[in-house]
Amino acid sequence: MSTIAVIDYGMGNLHSVAKALEHVQPGVKVLVTSDPKQVANADRVLLPGVGAIRDCMAEIYKQGVDKEVAEAIRSGRPFLGICVGYQALMQRSEENGGVDCLGEFEGTVNYFGDHLKDDAGERLKVPHMGWNEVQQTGDHPLWQGIENGSRFYFVHSYYVKAAQRQQVAATCNYGVDFDVAQARDNVFAVQFHPEKSHSAGLQLLKNFINWDGKP
Amino acid sequence: MALAKRIIPCLDVENGRVVKGVQFLDIRDAGDPVEVAKRYDEQGADEITFLDITATHEGRETMVHTVERMASQVFIPLTVGGGIRTCEDIRTMLNAGADKVSINSAAVTNPDFVREAAERFGSQCIVVAIDAKKVSAAGEPDRWEIFTHGGRKPTGLDAVQWAKKMVALGAGEILLTSMDQDGVKNGYDLGVTRAISDAVNVPIIASGGVGNLDHLVDGVLKGKADAVLAASIFHFNEYSIPEAKAYMRAKGIEVRL
Repeated sequence: MSTIAVIDYGMGNLHSVAKALEHVQPGVKVLVTSDPKQVANADRVLLPGVGAIRDCMAEIYKQGVDKEVAEAIRSGRPFLGICVGYQALMQRSEENGGVDCLGEFEGTVNYFGDHLKDDAGERLKVPHMGWNEVQQTGDHPLWQGIENGSRFYFVHSYYVKAAQRQQVAATCNYGVDFDVAQARDNVFAVQFHPEKSHSAGLQLLKNFINWDGKP
Repeated sequence: MALAKRIIPCLDVENGRVVKGVQFLDIRDAGDPVEVAKRYDEQGADEITFLDITATHEGRETMVHTVERMASQVFIPLTVGGGIRTCEDIRTMLNAGADKVSINSAAVTNPDFVREAAERFGSQCIVVAIDAKKVSAAGEPDRWEIFTHGGRKPTGLDAVQWAKKMVALGAGEILLTSMDQDGVKNGYDLGVTRAISDAVNVPIIASGGVGNLDHLVDGVLKGKADAVLAASIFHFNEYSIPEAKAYMRAKGIEVRL
């Protein structure tokens, strides 16, 4: 039976993502855990995250999650980052006056800005909260069965800009074009919340459970 | 390609049952909250809001279990409000599976609670609920005041200034209920909705008084709301969520279908 470790470092509601994984694949073993052994022994690893990046990174270092993440990624096991769990994989975020992140992906996390406007000149609120269209850049096992342009649920004030454009798996637009999914080998990371994105999100989680970690 | 305006059915929950008062008084029974939430989820609701109107401690325990049941079966965002007074209340609801909590009276009693909550849990999960009532007389410039305790208690606080203060303290979203409209089905108070939406940079959920689909459209187009909340028109099957979305789209509003 497949075991998924959802890394618990004290940031946010992990109940939802665990319930969603159990819902799409009855019988799957989901461990919400901070125990390095359990993370090391799991078949797949999920890094969630909400809240401010400074607090997230502080907890990640304090609890040794940085090492767990690095080991999981090097091991080739399927790895999924969600929301701030994606942002934490970048090099640096400009939130909280600038915070260094894990640097698994090259690129930065930037603020949307206070004077964001859409094409028609309408003011756009921050956070970017709600359902937006996700444009897939190509095929990936995690997009299987998900129509290109499907809406996913977002809530964030900072967005990822990836340096390695060939790693970008999906983009979105909210006043600016930004990256909402990134893939490299056994790593996939998304800005939106699949566990809150109804059928499209549940399909992505199902795809993750069935993924062998190959692009 | 744009962010969709959200439709949010609101379930007033008392002792584990959905109820909806008309002007906060008359109560009619509308079912099990989880069953109702599942129906809305299947219909394409963009979020669900549970408002706990239970007064007793036992009733609150029931609410935690209701949230847990809902979160294992419904995979769209859930906001829980009503009786959220401490960081411990917030933690309990988030752990039960809520994505956001809505703070109302406690923000008025102790504004610093909003700051503390936003710092601890992140602005993304802190909604401040504002109940506003128009207090200016005819001919005077429009002025709206904050009311608490289900609209019974005036506070003397100006609604627009209050909203700005809440956002400055860390509110990630404002749930604005126009009290004089609530339950009477004459539509949202578009004046206060627009005034607050223009005054702050976070999303505004318009609430209170929806009687038909034009009210939803007006909330977005005239009130500049980012999301529209309604209860009885959905609970009593006057309109379905797909009907509401189709109507909004026909009026040029971006919705998730």
